[in-house]
Amino acid sequence: MSKRTDLLLSIADDELILGWRNSEWTGIAPFLEEDVAFSSIAQNEIGHARALYDLAAAELGTTADELAFDRRPEEYRCAPLVELRRLEWARTIARHWLYETADEIRLAALKASNDSEIAGVAAKMDREEVYHRMHAEMWVDRLLSTDDGRSRLNEAVDELWPYALGVLDDELRPELRSRVEERLDRPLPEVDAVPRGVHQAELAELWEEMTMVRRSAPPGSQW
Amino acid sequence: MVTVEEVWTALAEIADPEIPVISLVDLGVIKSVEIGDGRVRIEFTPTFMGCPALETMQREMRAKVHGLGAEADVQVVLDDSWSTDRITPEGREKLRLAGFAPPAPRPTGKLDLVQLQGGAFRCPYCGSTDTRLDNIFGPTPCRSIRYCKACRQPFEQFKTI
Repeated sequence: MSKRTDLLLSIADDELILGWRNSEWTGIAPFLEEDVAFSSIAQNEIGHARALYDLAAAELGTTADELAFDRRPEEYRCAPLVELRRLEWARTIARHWLYETADEIRLAALKASNDSEIAGVAAKMDREEVYHRMHAEMWVDRLLSTDDGRSRLNEAVDELWPYALGVLDDELRPELRSRVEERLDRPLPEVDAVPRGVHQAELAELWEEMTMVRRSAPPGSQW
Repeated sequence: MVTVEEVWTALAEIADPEIPVISLVDLGVIKSVEIGDGRVRIEFTPTFMGCPALETMQREMRAKVHGLGAEADVQVVLDDSWSTDRITPEGREKLRLAGFAPPAPRPTGKLDLVQLQGGAFRCPYCGSTDTRLDNIFGPTPCRSIRYCKACRQPFEQFKTI
Protein backbone atom coordinates (compact mmCIF):
# COMPACT_ATOMS: atom_id res chain seq x y z
CA MET A 1 0.00 0.00 0.00
CA SER A 2 1.35 3.42 -0.95
CA LYS A 3 2.10 6.08 1.64
CA ARG A 4 -0.65 8.19 0.05
CA THR A 5 -3.27 5.47 0.49
CA ASP A 6 -2.14 4.89 4.04
CA LEU A 7 -2.58 8.61 4.78
CA LEU A 8 -6.03 8.71 3.15
CA LEU A 9 -7.20 5.66 5.09
CA SER A 10 -5.84 7.00 8.39
CA ILE A 11 -7.83 10.21 8.10
CA ALA A 12 -10.90 8.53 6.64
CA ASP A 13 -10.93 6.01 9.51
CA ASP A 14 -10.58 8.83 12.07
CA GLU A 15 -13.56 10.64 10.55
CA LEU A 16 -15.71 7.53 10.18
CA ILE A 17 -15.12 6.21 13.69
CA LEU A 18 -15.46 9.61 15.36
CA GLY A 19 -18.55 10.24 13.22
CA TRP A 20 -19.96 7.00 14.58
CA ARG A 21 -19.10 7.94 18.16
CA ASN A 22 -20.67 11.40 17.70
CA SER A 23 -23.82 9.83 16.31
CA GLU A 24 -24.18 7.88 19.57
CA TRP A 25 -25.42 11.14 21.12
CA THR A 26 -28.37 11.26 18.71
CA GLY A 27 -31.46 11.12 20.89
CA ILE A 28 -29.66 11.12 24.26
CA ALA A 29 -27.59 14.33 24.40
CA PRO A 30 -28.12 16.49 27.52
CA PHE A 31 -30.33 18.88 25.58
CA LEU A 32 -31.92 19.20 22.17
CA GLU A 33 -29.40 21.65 20.68
CA GLU A 34 -26.57 19.22 21.36
CA ASP A 35 -28.58 16.33 20.02
CA VAL A 36 -28.83 18.25 16.75
CA ALA A 37 -25.22 19.48 16.84
CA PHE A 38 -23.56 16.10 17.45
CA SER A 39 -25.80 14.44 14.86
CA SER A 40 -24.91 17.08 12.28
CA ILE A 41 -21.19 16.89 13.07
CA ALA A 42 -21.41 13.10 12.73
CA GLN A 43 -23.00 13.47 9.30
CA ASN A 44 -20.24 15.83 8.16
CA GLU A 45 -17.45 13.57 9.45
CA ILE A 46 -18.91 10.52 7.73
CA GLY A 47 -19.25 12.58 4.52
CA HIS A 48 -15.55 13.44 4.77
CA ALA A 49 -14.72 9.78 5.33
CA ARG A 50 -16.67 8.87 2.19
CA ALA A 51 -14.73 11.34 0.03
CA LEU A 52 -11.39 10.13 1.40
CA TYR A 53 -12.35 6.45 0.98
CA ASP A 54 -13.34 7.24 -2.63
CA LEU A 55 -9.84 8.55 -3.31
CA ALA A 56 -8.22 5.54 -1.64
CA ALA A 57 -10.61 3.15 -3.40
CA ALA A 58 -9.61 4.52 -6.81
CA GLU A 59 -6.02 3.49 -6.03
CA LEU A 60 -6.87 0.15 -4.48
CA GLY A 61 -9.46 -0.87 -7.07
CA THR A 62 -12.27 -1.19 -4.53
CA THR A 63 -15.18 0.94 -3.26
CA ALA A 64 -15.70 3.35 -0.38
CA ASP A 65 -18.28 1.04 1.20
CA GLU A 66 -15.94 -1.94 1.13
CA LEU A 67 -13.19 0.11 2.76
CA ALA A 68 -15.55 1.48 5.40
CA PHE A 69 -17.28 -1.75 6.34
CA ASP A 70 -15.56 -4.86 4.98
CA ARG A 71 -12.21 -4.66 6.75
CA ARG A 72 -11.53 -6.38 10.05
CA PRO A 73 -11.29 -4.09 13.11
CA GLU A 74 -7.51 -4.62 13.33
CA GLU A 75 -7.09 -3.31 9.77
CA TYR A 76 -8.45 0.15 10.60
CA ARG A 77 -5.84 2.90 10.88
CA CYS A 78 -7.72 5.33 13.12
CA ALA A 79 -6.14 6.99 16.14
CA PRO A 80 -7.20 5.47 19.47
CA LEU A 81 -8.64 8.88 20.54
CA VAL A 82 -11.64 8.40 18.26
CA GLU A 83 -12.28 4.83 19.39
CA LEU A 84 -12.90 5.61 23.05
CA ARG A 85 -16.42 5.59 24.33
CA ARG A 86 -17.00 8.83 26.28
CA LEU A 87 -20.42 8.78 27.86
CA GLU A 88 -19.69 11.68 30.18
CA TRP A 89 -20.18 15.22 28.89
CA ALA A 90 -16.91 16.92 29.92
CA ARG A 91 -14.92 14.05 28.38
CA THR A 92 -17.03 14.16 25.23
CA ILE A 93 -16.32 17.87 24.87
CA ALA A 94 -12.63 17.38 25.67
CA ARG A 95 -12.29 14.68 23.00
CA HIS A 96 -14.28 16.76 20.49
CA TRP A 97 -12.13 19.86 21.13
CA LEU A 98 -8.79 17.97 21.10
CA TYR A 99 -9.71 16.16 17.90
CA GLU A 100 -10.95 19.28 16.09
CA THR A 101 -7.83 21.21 17.14
CA ALA A 102 -5.54 18.41 15.94
CA ASP A 103 -7.60 18.10 12.76
CA GLU A 104 -7.22 21.81 12.02
CA ILE A 105 -3.43 21.46 12.26
CA ARG A 106 -3.48 18.36 10.04
CA LEU A 107 -5.79 19.98 7.45
CA ALA A 108 -3.57 23.06 7.26
CA ALA A 109 -0.63 20.77 6.38
CA LEU A 110 -2.70 18.84 3.82
CA LYS A 111 -4.00 22.02 2.17
CA ALA A 112 -0.37 22.89 1.43
CA SER A 113 0.27 19.44 -0.11
CA ASN A 114 1.73 19.13 -3.64
CA ASP A 115 -0.91 16.49 -4.32
CA SER A 116 -3.70 18.64 -5.76
CA GLU A 117 -6.40 16.02 -5.14
CA ILE A 118 -5.53 15.77 -1.44
CA ALA A 119 -5.10 19.55 -1.10
CA GLY A 120 -8.52 20.10 -2.74
CA VAL A 121 -10.39 17.65 -0.50
CA ALA A 122 -8.66 19.06 2.59
CA ALA A 123 -9.71 22.59 1.65
CA LYS A 124 -13.28 21.47 1.11
CA MET A 125 -13.37 19.60 4.44
CA ASP A 126 -11.93 22.61 6.20
CA ARG A 127 -14.88 24.80 5.15
CA GLU A 128 -17.17 22.53 7.16
CA GLU A 129 -14.75 21.84 10.00
CA VAL A 130 -14.74 25.57 10.82
CA TYR A 131 -18.21 25.06 12.31
CA HIS A 132 -17.11 22.03 14.33
CA ARG A 133 -14.28 24.08 15.80
CA MET A 134 -16.59 26.98 16.65
CA HIS A 135 -18.91 24.53 18.40
CA ALA A 136 -16.03 22.95 20.35
CA GLU A 137 -14.56 26.33 21.33
CA MET A 138 -17.96 27.56 22.48
CA TRP A 139 -18.14 24.58 24.86
CA VAL A 140 -14.60 25.09 26.10
CA ASP A 141 -15.53 28.71 26.90
CA ARG A 142 -18.58 27.51 28.74
CA LEU A 143 -16.70 24.91 30.79
CA LEU A 144 -13.88 27.29 31.59
CA SER A 145 -16.35 29.86 32.92
CA THR A 146 -17.09 27.96 36.17
CA ASP A 147 -14.80 26.26 38.71
CA ASP A 148 -16.59 22.95 38.37
CA GLY A 149 -16.52 23.07 34.56
CA ARG A 150 -12.86 24.07 34.52
CA SER A 151 -11.77 21.24 36.78
CA ARG A 152 -13.78 18.65 34.84
CA LEU A 153 -12.41 19.84 31.50
CA ASN A 154 -8.83 19.86 32.79
CA GLU A 155 -9.19 16.40 34.27
CA ALA A 156 -10.60 15.08 30.97
CA VAL A 157 -7.85 16.72 28.91
CA ASP A 158 -5.15 15.18 31.13
CA GLU A 159 -6.72 11.76 30.70
CA LEU A 160 -7.03 12.12 26.89
CA TRP A 161 -3.80 13.98 26.20
CA PRO A 162 -1.66 10.91 25.22
CA TYR A 163 -4.45 9.89 22.83
CA ALA A 164 -4.76 13.39 21.35
CA LEU A 165 -1.04 13.41 20.53
CA GLY A 166 -1.52 10.12 18.69
CA VAL A 167 -3.80 11.77 16.10
CA LEU A 168 -0.87 13.68 14.61
CA ASP A 169 2.50 12.78 13.15
CA ASP A 170 5.53 13.65 15.30
CA GLU A 171 6.30 16.91 13.54
CA LEU A 172 2.82 18.37 14.10
CA ARG A 173 2.56 17.51 17.81
CA PRO A 174 4.38 20.55 19.22
CA GLU A 175 1.79 22.83 17.63
CA LEU A 176 -1.07 20.90 19.23
CA ARG A 177 0.68 21.13 22.60
CA SER A 178 1.21 24.87 22.36
CA ARG A 179 -2.38 25.55 21.31
CA VAL A 180 -3.91 23.43 24.07
CA GLU A 181 -1.55 24.81 26.72
CA GLU A 182 -2.33 28.36 25.68
CA ARG A 183 -6.08 27.79 25.79
CA LEU A 184 -6.00 26.07 29.18
CA ASP A 185 -3.32 28.44 30.46
CA ARG A 186 -1.23 25.66 32.00
CA PRO A 187 1.47 23.19 30.98
CA LEU A 188 0.49 19.69 29.90
CA PRO A 189 2.28 16.57 31.15
CA GLU A 190 5.18 15.14 29.14
CA VAL A 191 3.83 11.77 28.04
CA ASP A 192 4.25 9.30 25.20
CA ALA A 193 1.58 9.39 22.52
CA VAL A 194 -0.79 6.43 22.11
CA PRO A 195 -0.04 5.76 18.45
CA ARG A 196 -2.18 4.64 15.54
CA GLY A 197 -2.53 0.92 15.07
CA VAL A 198 -2.82 0.22 18.81
CA HIS A 199 -6.53 -0.46 19.00
CA GLN A 200 -8.71 -0.16 22.06
CA ALA A 201 -11.11 -2.99 22.90
CA GLU A 202 -13.94 -0.51 22.27
CA LEU A 203 -13.21 -0.47 18.53
CA ALA A 204 -14.18 -4.13 18.13
CA GLU A 205 -17.49 -3.45 19.90
CA LEU A 206 -18.15 -0.42 17.71
CA TRP A 207 -17.26 -2.42 14.58
CA GLU A 208 -19.67 -5.22 15.52
CA GLU A 209 -22.50 -2.71 15.71
CA MET A 210 -21.44 -0.57 12.73
CA THR A 211 -21.11 -3.47 10.27
CA MET A 212 -23.92 -5.67 11.60
CA VAL A 213 -26.49 -4.83 8.92
CA ARG A 214 -24.02 -5.14 6.07
CA ARG A 215 -22.66 -8.44 7.34
CA SER A 216 -26.18 -9.82 7.70
CA ALA A 217 -26.95 -9.33 4.00
CA PRO A 218 -25.97 -11.87 1.32
CA PRO A 219 -22.76 -10.97 -0.56
CA GLY A 220 -23.36 -8.73 -3.56
CA SER A 221 -26.51 -7.17 -2.09
CA GLN A 222 -27.48 -3.84 -3.62
CA TRP A 223 -28.16 -1.06 -1.14
CA MET B 1 -26.57 17.07 -31.00
CA VAL B 2 -27.72 19.19 -28.10
CA THR B 3 -26.14 22.58 -27.41
CA VAL B 4 -24.50 23.74 -24.19
CA GLU B 5 -27.33 26.28 -23.74
CA GLU B 6 -29.98 23.55 -23.99
CA VAL B 7 -28.18 21.53 -21.31
CA TRP B 8 -27.98 24.52 -18.95
CA THR B 9 -31.69 25.23 -19.50
CA ALA B 10 -32.56 21.60 -18.74
CA LEU B 11 -30.34 21.51 -15.64
CA ALA B 12 -32.03 24.69 -14.39
CA GLU B 13 -35.25 22.65 -14.17
CA ILE B 14 -33.79 20.28 -11.57
CA ALA B 15 -34.92 21.20 -8.09
CA ASP B 16 -32.64 20.76 -5.10
CA PRO B 17 -33.89 17.48 -3.57
CA GLU B 18 -33.97 18.94 -0.05
CA ILE B 19 -35.00 22.54 -0.76
CA PRO B 20 -37.11 22.22 -3.93
CA VAL B 21 -37.67 25.98 -4.32
CA ILE B 22 -34.13 26.35 -5.64
CA SER B 23 -32.59 24.68 -8.71
CA LEU B 24 -29.16 23.12 -9.08
CA VAL B 25 -28.16 26.03 -11.32
CA ASP B 26 -29.35 28.54 -8.67
CA LEU B 27 -27.33 26.60 -6.12
CA GLY B 28 -24.19 27.06 -8.22
CA VAL B 29 -23.14 23.40 -8.04
CA ILE B 30 -22.72 23.00 -11.80
CA LYS B 31 -19.24 24.21 -12.53
CA SER B 32 -19.14 23.63 -16.26
CA VAL B 33 -20.93 22.01 -19.17
CA GLU B 34 -18.98 20.89 -22.23
CA ILE B 35 -19.95 18.91 -25.28
CA GLY B 36 -17.51 16.76 -27.19
CA ASP B 37 -17.34 13.39 -28.96
CA GLY B 38 -21.11 13.10 -28.82
CA ARG B 39 -21.26 13.26 -25.01
CA VAL B 40 -22.12 15.93 -22.47
CA ARG B 41 -19.57 16.50 -19.73
CA ILE B 42 -20.79 18.13 -16.56
CA GLU B 43 -18.50 19.18 -13.74
CA PHE B 44 -20.40 19.01 -10.46
CA THR B 45 -19.16 20.54 -7.20
CA PRO B 46 -20.98 19.09 -4.19
CA THR B 47 -22.17 21.39 -1.41
CA PHE B 48 -21.72 19.70 1.98
CA MET B 49 -19.78 16.46 1.70
CA GLY B 50 -22.18 14.48 3.88
CA CYS B 51 -25.26 15.74 2.07
CA PRO B 52 -27.48 12.73 1.28
CA ALA B 53 -28.89 14.52 -1.78
CA LEU B 54 -25.62 14.40 -3.77
CA GLU B 55 -26.32 11.09 -5.47
CA THR B 56 -29.89 12.08 -6.33
CA MET B 57 -28.58 15.29 -7.91
CA GLN B 58 -26.18 13.37 -10.15
CA ARG B 59 -28.88 10.87 -11.16
CA GLU B 60 -31.25 13.67 -12.09
CA MET B 61 -28.60 15.46 -14.15
CA ARG B 62 -27.99 12.31 -16.17
CA ALA B 63 -31.73 11.79 -16.62
CA LYS B 64 -32.27 15.36 -17.82
CA VAL B 65 -29.51 15.08 -20.42
CA HIS B 66 -30.87 11.69 -21.47
CA GLY B 67 -34.21 13.43 -22.02
CA LEU B 68 -32.47 15.73 -24.51
CA GLY B 69 -31.31 12.69 -26.47
CA ALA B 70 -27.73 12.69 -25.21
CA GLU B 71 -25.68 10.98 -22.50
CA ALA B 72 -23.91 12.80 -19.70
CA ASP B 73 -20.69 12.08 -17.82
CA VAL B 74 -20.97 13.75 -14.46
CA GLN B 75 -17.58 14.43 -12.97
CA VAL B 76 -17.58 15.15 -9.24
CA VAL B 77 -15.08 17.87 -8.42
CA LEU B 78 -13.94 17.52 -4.81
CA ASP B 79 -12.06 20.75 -4.24
CA ASP B 80 -13.12 23.94 -2.53
CA SER B 81 -14.37 25.66 -5.67
CA TRP B 82 -17.94 25.62 -4.34
CA SER B 83 -18.85 28.04 -1.61
CA THR B 84 -22.17 29.57 -0.65
CA ASP B 85 -21.03 32.68 -2.54
CA ARG B 86 -21.84 30.67 -5.69
CA ILE B 87 -25.58 30.67 -4.96
CA THR B 88 -27.05 33.06 -7.53
CA PRO B 89 -28.92 36.27 -6.57
CA GLU B 90 -32.13 34.65 -7.90
CA GLY B 91 -31.42 31.58 -5.77
CA ARG B 92 -30.96 33.73 -2.66
CA GLU B 93 -34.28 35.46 -3.23
CA LYS B 94 -36.05 32.12 -3.72
CA LEU B 95 -34.56 30.85 -0.45
CA ARG B 96 -35.68 33.94 1.42
CA LEU B 97 -39.23 33.72 0.06
CA ALA B 98 -39.38 30.11 1.24
CA GLY B 99 -38.38 31.13 4.78
CA PHE B 100 -34.67 30.23 4.65
CA ALA B 101 -32.34 33.13 5.38
CA PRO B 102 -29.79 33.08 2.54
CA PRO B 103 -26.10 32.69 3.48
CA ALA B 104 -24.12 35.80 4.35
CA PRO B 105 -21.21 36.56 1.98
CA ARG B 106 -17.94 34.88 2.95
CA PRO B 107 -15.87 37.21 5.11
CA THR B 108 -12.43 38.17 3.84
CA GLY B 109 -10.83 36.99 7.09
CA LYS B 110 -11.60 33.98 9.25
CA LEU B 111 -15.21 33.04 9.90
CA ASP B 112 -15.78 32.99 13.64
CA LEU B 113 -18.39 32.61 16.35
CA VAL B 114 -18.42 36.35 17.10
CA GLN B 115 -19.75 36.98 13.58
CA LEU B 116 -22.42 34.30 13.95
CA GLN B 117 -23.47 35.79 17.26
CA GLY B 118 -23.55 39.27 15.73
CA GLY B 119 -26.49 41.09 14.23
CA ALA B 120 -25.76 40.93 10.51
CA PHE B 121 -28.40 38.26 9.93
CA ARG B 122 -31.81 39.24 8.68
CA CYS B 123 -35.05 37.46 9.56
CA PRO B 124 -36.57 36.06 6.31
CA TYR B 125 -40.09 36.73 7.60
CA CYS B 126 -40.07 40.32 8.91
CA GLY B 127 -36.69 41.61 7.71
CA SER B 128 -35.43 42.60 11.18
CA THR B 129 -31.75 42.13 11.99
CA ASP B 130 -32.59 41.83 15.69
CA THR B 131 -31.86 38.09 15.61
CA ARG B 132 -29.77 35.74 17.71
CA LEU B 133 -27.95 32.47 17.09
CA ASP B 134 -29.76 29.57 18.77
CA ASN B 135 -27.70 26.69 17.37
CA ILE B 136 -24.76 26.54 14.95
CA PHE B 137 -26.31 23.31 13.68
CA GLY B 138 -29.78 22.67 12.34
CA PRO B 139 -31.98 20.14 10.55
CA THR B 140 -29.39 19.58 7.79
CA PRO B 141 -25.63 20.24 7.70
CA CYS B 142 -26.14 23.41 5.61
CA ARG B 143 -28.33 25.27 8.13
CA SER B 144 -28.12 26.97 11.52
CA ILE B 145 -31.03 27.94 13.74
CA ARG B 146 -31.62 31.60 14.62
CA TYR B 147 -34.40 33.37 16.47
CA CYS B 148 -35.93 36.71 15.46
CA LYS B 149 -36.53 38.86 18.50
CA ALA B 150 -38.72 41.27 16.51
CA CYS B 151 -41.34 38.82 15.20
CA ARG B 152 -40.53 36.11 17.76
CA GLN B 153 -40.05 33.48 15.15
CA PRO B 154 -37.25 30.92 14.90
CA PHE B 155 -35.85 30.55 11.40
CA GLU B 156 -33.30 28.53 9.44
CA GLN B 157 -30.16 30.37 8.38
CA PHE B 158 -28.04 28.98 5.56
CA LYS B 159 -24.48 28.56 6.78
CA THR B 160 -21.75 30.45 5.00
CA ILE B 161 -19.05 28.06 3.81
